[in-house]
Amino acid sequence: MAVIDLANPTRFLSLVQRVLPWLWGAALIVFIIGLMQTFNAPDDYQQGATVKIMYIHVPAAWLGMMGWSVMSVAALGTLVWRHPLADVAGKAAAPIGAAFTFICLITGALWGRPTWGTYWVWDARLTSMLVLLLLYLGVIALYWTAEDPGRGSRAAAVLTLVGAINLPIIKFSVDWWNTLHQPASIMRTGGTAIAPSILYPLLVMALGFTLLFFALHFAAMRNEILRRRVRTMRLIQAQTLAEARA
Amino acid sequence: MSGALAHQIGFIIASYAVTVFVVATLIGWVVLDHSAQRRLLGDLEEQGFSRRSQRNQG
Repeated sequence: MAVIDLANPTRFLSLVQRVLPWLWGAALIVFIIGLMQTFNAPDDYQQGATVKIMYIHVPAAWLGMMGWSVMSVAALGTLVWRHPLADVAGKAAAPIGAAFTFICLITGALWGRPTWGTYWVWDARLTSMLVLLLLYLGVIALYWTAEDPGRGSRAAAVLTLVGAINLPIIKFSVDWWNTLHQPASIMRTGGTAIAPSILYPLLVMALGFTLLFFALHFAAMRNEILRRRVRTMRLIQAQTLAEARA
Repeated sequence: MSGALAHQIGFIIASYAVTVFVVATLIGWVVLDHSAQRRLLGDLEEQGFSRRSQRNQG
């Protein structure tokens, strides 16, 4: 089966039915391993035990940004090829990406208080992540409140592509501006600055969160396809009833 | 438990609790939404309505 064949909603539903239980199971197993490693990992020599917050904060930040990247690819599919599955993918990813961005901001604040002495500062990294959350909320509002779903989808796709400008700003904010947030310590030129005893549990947790993201995304896409089928059948129902009355 | 750890533990527990709550909400949302959409589709099909592609298959 060619990849393009999966772009058919019915084929996609049958694929999801087969793949989803494995995704949920893999996410659960990786999370159990990751959490065991996390709580056996040593404390940081400066931050003490609060480094445990990093194992959820950093993957949540990555997934918040990855969610918008997925939506940006889907937005191209909506605007250029007008493919319904691309629109479904974009709409389904928005609440999930928003939730991970929210987790990132809250855990960041809870990590900031004992390490920086404050829950929040208006520095470039924190502010650009907050902007990402607000963009997510804007896209969700466009998807769910538009009277005509087609127009709502196109408007949401345009906002998604415009909002993608924020992704490099988030990534490089710690290099471009003087921020309280630390500079990149994992994906940086010259290699990672984190000790393996802390890095490996972080990578396992990141894998667990990524599997969870895709399990949630596939499940939400399946629900959105069903929702559109319900809408189509309701339109048919209304048309049939109107014809019967005429 | 040292004073520093006692001070930090509340922030750690709060972080994990928020994460568990948000993830559980997301999982609950997809599970409940799925059963709601299946139920609505089932009701419409019971009333004899079907999509054009379904009619062509049948």
